[in-house]
Amino acid sequence: MSIDIRQFHAGFFEESLEGLSVMEAGLLDLESGQATEETLHAIFRAAHSIKGGAGSFGFSRISQATHHLETLLDEMRAGHRSADAGVLKVLYQSVDGVRAMISAAQAEQPCPEAQVQAFEAALKAVLGAAPASGSAAQADAPAPAPSSRAAWSIHCAPAPGLLATGNEPLLLMQALAELGELTGTLIEPQGEDVAIETLSVDDCRLAWDLTLVTDADEATIRDVFSWVDDCCALTVTQRAATSPPKPEATAPVAVAATAVAEQPARLEATVAAPPQLPTASIRVGVDKVDALIDLVGELVITQAMLHQAVSGLDPVQFERLHSTLEQLERNTRSLQSSVLAVRMLPVGTVFSRFPRVVRDLADKLGKRVKLVLEGEATELDKGMIERITDPLMHLLRNALDHGLETIEERRAVGKPEECRLKLSARHASGSIVLEIEDDGRGLNREKILAKAIERGVISERPATDADIDNLIFEPGFSTADAVTDVSGRGVGMDVVRKNVLALGGRIELFSNPGKGTRVAVRLPLTLAILDGMSVAVGDEVFIVPIASVMESFQPQPGQMPPLGGQQRLVKVRDTYLPLMRLADHFGLPTAYEGPGIAVVVEADGRRLALMVDALVGQQQVVIKSLEQNYRSVPGVAGATILGDGRVALILDVSRLTAVSALAIAA
Amino acid sequence: MPHILAVDDSSSMRQMVSFTLASAGYAVTEAEDGAIALDKARGGQYDLVLADVNMPNMDGISLIRALRALPAYQYTPMLMLTTEAGDGKKQEGRAAGATGWLVKPFNPEQLLATLKRVLPQ
Repeated sequence: MSIDIRQFHAGFFEESLEGLSVMEAGLLDLESGQATEETLHAIFRAAHSIKGGAGSFGFSRISQATHHLETLLDEMRAGHRSADAGVLKVLYQSVDGVRAMISAAQAEQPCPEAQVQAFEAALKAVLGAAPASGSAAQADAPAPAPSSRAAWSIHCAPAPGLLATGNEPLLLMQALAELGELTGTLIEPQGEDVAIETLSVDDCRLAWDLTLVTDADEATIRDVFSWVDDCCALTVTQRAATSPPKPEATAPVAVAATAVAEQPARLEATVAAPPQLPTASIRVGVDKVDALIDLVGELVITQAMLHQAVSGLDPVQFERLHSTLEQLERNTRSLQSSVLAVRMLPVGTVFSRFPRVVRDLADKLGKRVKLVLEGEATELDKGMIERITDPLMHLLRNALDHGLETIEERRAVGKPEECRLKLSARHASGSIVLEIEDDGRGLNREKILAKAIERGVISERPATDADIDNLIFEPGFSTADAVTDVSGRGVGMDVVRKNVLALGGRIELFSNPGKGTRVAVRLPLTLAILDGMSVAVGDEVFIVPIASVMESFQPQPGQMPPLGGQQRLVKVRDTYLPLMRLADHFGLPTAYEGPGIAVVVEADGRRLALMVDALVGQQQVVIKSLEQNYRSVPGVAGATILGDGRVALILDVSRLTAVSALAIAA
Repeated sequence: MPHILAVDDSSSMRQMVSFTLASAGYAVTEAEDGAIALDKARGGQYDLVLADVNMPNMDGISLIRALRALPAYQYTPMLMLTTEAGDGKKQEGRAAGATGWLVKPFNPEQLLATLKRVLPQ
């Protein structure tokens, strides 16, 4: 039977990369003095597993390189070596090197030999001696040349306890018989007699004289007994003559072996259970899950259409139909949330990458930083996690580079030398909030203002401090006096905001000069469904994302003073808000004469009142991309299919508030 | 059909071992560490235990020692999977009651060949 080992490669890569993350986290703990006794063991085991797996799955170079790493970790584990800065540096370097090797193998690229040799050399230097040859190298050693056919005399007298090691003389003899022609005699064992009352049926009190005619050499023959050489008296001698012994002088091995055949019989008698599949987890392709989510989305729409079709039927006459449909609705909803949950991953999978980045950066910038992670178990859609990693990384780098002060600066203003950087995740009313909070110097508003005016981003001072702070999200804006290789050339923050907006999220910035900065990234739970409020305008229905709805009310004529002949503002309590008639904005004919409803929405810290004809209801909608099916439309985030089969557009509130702010300013 | 308990904290190794054994017609149950394996072994009778040495919670050698002390596993073959080419771990394992060992890295063919030494065909 031949088994293609390549089918296990994907699992090996994934597991090894996880192992490297474990090692990295452990090294950080060692460095910060938070390590427990288990930390080193966990690091060692990860290296050990990578080495073992690499060898078994045919990556001998990886196995060879991790051998030195394992040796060093083993010495540390045994207490022969302490985790000083020099050793840690080499360990970090090795982790990076092994990761590069695995990534290269994964991408079927050649091994990054220069990087590998560098960390191997560093490891060898720390180990202070030429490395012992790895087991991988030993496995590759050529087999000894076959010797010529010869007859061997083998005397084998197992100790009484042989059976209690799980070894079985019959199987040993079968293994010998595979090497050549085996004949033998059961003989009485030497040694003292055993009193019948102390004789145990579990003891093996047999011995054999065997003759084996084989091509194999002595080492191969002895290897058969390698597991029992401590509990079996063994002599192997080559006979002078190669002629086979006379058959009448010996009894067949099979006869001799029946004395110990009881054990296999017991094994066979045990009831064999059917093969059990691992139940802990299964790995499936994301495309399969996405197809499932898509189908469930269609099912939700179909169910809604059915619901609408039946709603006109008499509830008494069609009671069973109504109640069955209700049940269908419940089941569809729970099916949908179960399927969506499959795509959910704890944000800890992203967070775990940051401690190392922060450590390296802080080191480079001469800052002392304590990174605190909170809410790692909070779950987020896998697609979202992948797309939020880079923006988060950028925000962290930015906080480290611009927000946090050096040790000297902090000392000068009487702050603790160690900066505190907190990254947290939490649920907040149907969305996820990721926050990056530092206790650094806060934003320098005057500097931002001066730069913004110089760059032509704005022409005059914005009204509020928050507006000034938010200028850092404008395209092309940078306050770094010198462009650093840490947070780049000022192309970052606007891209961060763009990426967050593209995920249907929003970003908020709170700065307290001298005290610190907090950036909150608010994201929807999933990219697939949305809690929406449906509103009617003329014959059309629009969906307003419920997360951005603040309130809705029926405005009185006095609340909407005419401004230049148009009602462009609405007074809500003590403030005036810009007013946008959706019918006008989308150029829809509307014959509606009633008072209408104002829906107050908020995005990016700006509020806007949307005038609609009526509120239709609140519902979860399945988001369909407008770009993929039609083209991008300003002010529209996507589309959905309503219960009656009609298409409704989902409003892009952030865009609408921006447009209205421009219109007011004009 | 012999039923084998395969114990390894590495999921890719477990996957490879299980697949190989199942392809050869053995029934396989997996365990992620020694402690889980001991629980599973107590709950059923296995004909062979294959145990990695380095594992969290309970290592392979402790597992073999604990199993050997159970009447149901007094004679059961138990093999340890070790990367140590040296004798240290082997002797330690043998003292704990291991039947034999298989040195990592190994390929599916080597695994099956080793099993023939402890399981009747």
